[in-house]
Amino acid sequence: MKKDSNVKARIFKNNLLYVVVCVMSALTAIPLLAILGEVLVKGWQQLGWSFLTEATPNAFKAMMAAQKGEPIPGGIANGIVGTLMMLFTAAVVAIPVGILCGICLSEFRKNWFAKTVSYITDLLQGTPSIIIGIIVYIWVVVPMKGYSGFAGSVALFIMMLPLIIRSTEETMKILPESLKEAGLALGGNYWRVMLKVMLPASFGSIFTGILLAVSRVVGETAPLMFTALGGAVISYDLGRPMSAVPLMIWEFFNDPNLQDLIWGASLFLLTLVLCLNLLAKRIAKKWKI
Amino acid sequence: MENIVDPILEIKDVSISYDKNVTAVKNVSACVERNTITAIMGPSGCGKSTLLRAVNRMHELYKNITVTGEILLNGENILTRDPIEVRRNIGMVFQRPNPFPTMSIYDNVLAGYTLNGISLSKHKRDDLVEKCLRNVALWDEVKDVLNKRGTFLSGGQQQRLCIARSLALQPEILLMDEPTSALDPIATKHIEDLLVKLKKEVTILIVTHNMSQAMRISDRSMFMFLGELIEYDDTKRMFESPKDDRTRAYLTGQMG
Repeated sequence: MKKDSNVKARIFKNNLLYVVVCVMSALTAIPLLAILGEVLVKGWQQLGWSFLTEATPNAFKAMMAAQKGEPIPGGIANGIVGTLMMLFTAAVVAIPVGILCGICLSEFRKNWFAKTVSYITDLLQGTPSIIIGIIVYIWVVVPMKGYSGFAGSVALFIMMLPLIIRSTEETMKILPESLKEAGLALGGNYWRVMLKVMLPASFGSIFTGILLAVSRVVGETAPLMFTALGGAVISYDLGRPMSAVPLMIWEFFNDPNLQDLIWGASLFLLTLVLCLNLLAKRIAKKWKI
Repeated sequence: MENIVDPILEIKDVSISYDKNVTAVKNVSACVERNTITAIMGPSGCGKSTLLRAVNRMHELYKNITVTGEILLNGENILTRDPIEVRRNIGMVFQRPNPFPTMSIYDNVLAGYTLNGISLSKHKRDDLVEKCLRNVALWDEVKDVLNKRGTFLSGGQQQRLCIARSLALQPEILLMDEPTSALDPIATKHIEDLLVKLKKEVTILIVTHNMSQAMRISDRSMFMFLGELIEYDDTKRMFESPKDDRTRAYLTGQMG
């Protein structure tokens, strides 16, 4: 029975490691909770119906309100409308293109062309967003002779695309080959099997990937500075400059009279991203096969 | 095999190779009698699944596989016909049950029609689903849960659903690649009983690892070894007096 001390030492090491792992994971949660707490404390008072439905006040009105000791009037509706419109436009194009591209990359994974495209997708995913902004400025803003929501959508589209391609590709790759064979063995043609069997089977994961892609780009500011520019009124015209929530946070930061609005806008954006992420998690769970 | 009366399938000098230099099936020729169960046996890697998959042209999914020779279905070479048409006439059941995960039990049975773009009236669909599920003795077990997903069923039930899905298209031949190797003995017995009953409607070609299964259900047996068809005879005769030493070694468990 001389091995007893050895076993005790192992149990001790095991417990020690367990505690270390727990402490480390708790440490990683601290910054996140700190950020959430800070934004919540400073922003919740501003969040109200008018904050979500009214456009940004001009600096003069804000100054007057500040002098009287009243809260700043107006809100971020112009940013919300802009964000939604640009995201929607970008997503409508990026989702089908991304899904089809992802399917191709997973189906023809041994082909040199697919390998090249896959590599380029990785590069695109790693491209700093400010570079995408400046490129879209050259490609879209300059030829169209003006900033526009459309240019902003193009920038968001480029940012979203690699994320959707990757998530589709990875999902399709893990589906068992026998599923495709079963479909083909019933006499289905290739694309019908893809659309009726393979795509529905991976729908949950692909949808999760799309939501995560949306939540990633919803907070992008840099590419919108060169493209959508921003605007103080609620605009539904993609051909004209348009605001977006993250862009507004930057604007508020630069305007001493509007700085109080930063926290409300931040809280809104953070809540939106959190909700998208939670929704993505739920869907991934529900559609798991 | 001389005593084939009514051949449905003729395999003529078929060779199948991977990557041009590995030959998995070498010059196999055989005739399959209509409405019988023919078992293909042999040790792992002998080419039995490879041969089976050539019959509904599954190999075309993979560019590195080449099939030479002729495979005649009712006298017509299927290797030169449209693969989609061939697969509609020759169903396949795989080793692991693979019902389509997002489809209900009902839709799984009709999947062949959906995938072929054939639309049926509600009445016809209901009839077909009931008939096919009765055919595989699954109707009584699932008639109240037809809208649940196919993956909700047990392994044996899933495999019977997959058989029903193949039968729905009324194929002439049903290929089965070790259909019971992932199932427990009771589910296996269910499927075996079913196959014996089904051979009145469809000719069955079954790859099996399990010699006693071949003996229980098949009318004729092929024994393959290293890509060659060594022996092909009435199952009973082959098990009682194998002609080739390799067949005898396999059947007596000295090889495998």
